[in-house]
Amino acid sequence: MRVLVVSTGAANLASVLAGLRRAGAEPGLVDSADTLLSAERLVLPGVGAFGAAATSLQAAGLWSALRERLDAGRPTLGICLGLQLWAEGSEESPGVLGLGLLPGLARRLPDGVRVPQLGWNWVEPGRNCQLLQPGYASYANSYALRESPEGWAAAWTTHGEPFIAAVERGPQLACQFHPELSGPWGQALLTRWLGAR
Amino acid sequence: MLTRRVIPCLDVRDGRVVKGVRFQGLRDAGDPVEQAARYEAQGADELVILDVSATDEGRATALRTVEAVRAVLGIPLTVGGGVREVEDARRLLEAGADKVSTNTAAVRRPALLAELAERFGRQCVVLALDAAARAEGGGWEVVVRAGKERTGQDAVAWAVEATTLGAGEILLTSWDRDGTGLGYDLPLTRAISGAVSVPVIASGGAASAEHLAAALYAGADAVLAATIFHDGHTTVGAVKDALAALGLELRR
Repeated sequence: MRVLVVSTGAANLASVLAGLRRAGAEPGLVDSADTLLSAERLVLPGVGAFGAAATSLQAAGLWSALRERLDAGRPTLGICLGLQLWAEGSEESPGVLGLGLLPGLARRLPDGVRVPQLGWNWVEPGRNCQLLQPGYASYANSYALRESPEGWAAAWTTHGEPFIAAVERGPQLACQFHPELSGPWGQALLTRWLGAR
Repeated sequence: MLTRRVIPCLDVRDGRVVKGVRFQGLRDAGDPVEQAARYEAQGADELVILDVSATDEGRATALRTVEAVRAVLGIPLTVGGGVREVEDARRLLEAGADKVSTNTAAVRRPALLAELAERFGRQCVVLALDAAARAEGGGWEVVVRAGKERTGQDAVAWAVEATTLGAGEILLTSWDRDGTGLGYDLPLTRAISGAVSVPVIASGGAASAEHLAAALYAGADAVLAATIFHDGHTTVGAVKDALAALGLELRR
């Protein structure tokens, strides 16, 4: 299965590629808006700052192709910041627009808990989830989405306050956690996404 | 609920796991890829690799070790050793690390932490803080160069400054306890965990599940251990069972 990964200068690109390989895919890298649009499956990973990632996607000429692909419902997986970029924006980078597929802003995790959230937390899928199953997933985030998105099936977790662990709609899946770092549970999720229509 | 983490550590030199690094008698303790896979299968929540090579050639070998471990490892991987510049970190991340840790270089030039956080995000930046009790006056001071040099700098103040600059996690090693098997330095663990809002990994001195539990009770978010797992006396899974029985929330 040919899967293309968007390189946003993402720090853990190697982990994403290795995870996809273990799940049976043959990952390559996106090198243009055309390949981004035509890829059978696309992964948008991401770590680092919201503003820097959005700016780098725009500078690379990939932003509008991403919007087009997501609007068309094509198979796409967002990971961590890759999920937050689907929202309207982030408190991390005020004034920078997100892709606007999901409502609300990514907001900073509350005071009183360890931030960044580093480690394993429970994923509780809503009843209409198809790909997401209950289990522990590995997170590394300081920001999160809190709004329940209409038209999407959502899974939730709690660190100080409840937030979105992941959303799915057909072959589109976006996770706040890192499936590529979530052991056998995460690998099984990647495998289901690779087969999702 | 966010669970506590149990993190085995591999000291690696020239492509092999070594033991007794901080004391005498460095000896071969096996293949890092094999051990990484075994720890993941046992339920390790994360893995730390410390490259203890002293040469450029050794550093190059460490990158290949990280690549080989990454290919089989499906849990987070932190790599430390020789990270002095953003470029050193970039190479480790490209090879397959998810986080990088820095120790002496950050003490010498604290701006390194800000540079790493700006480039890769703070969730990627681990401060390895080695501390020892002061000879007099109480408290702990930062030690560097693998314990060879006492800096006189207050360990708690450095932890706070480092997190302000860009460290997203602290790997706290008690130099008094490391290798002793007497258990973690609990007052030190409590002091650092209470002073910062980022996660703290306790390290140095663990010989039993009770030691791990005591550090978690003292406020550590995670516990790192090497010897107790390497010797095959116990497994990560058995330790996590024991911690769960003591009322700690763990991924199982």
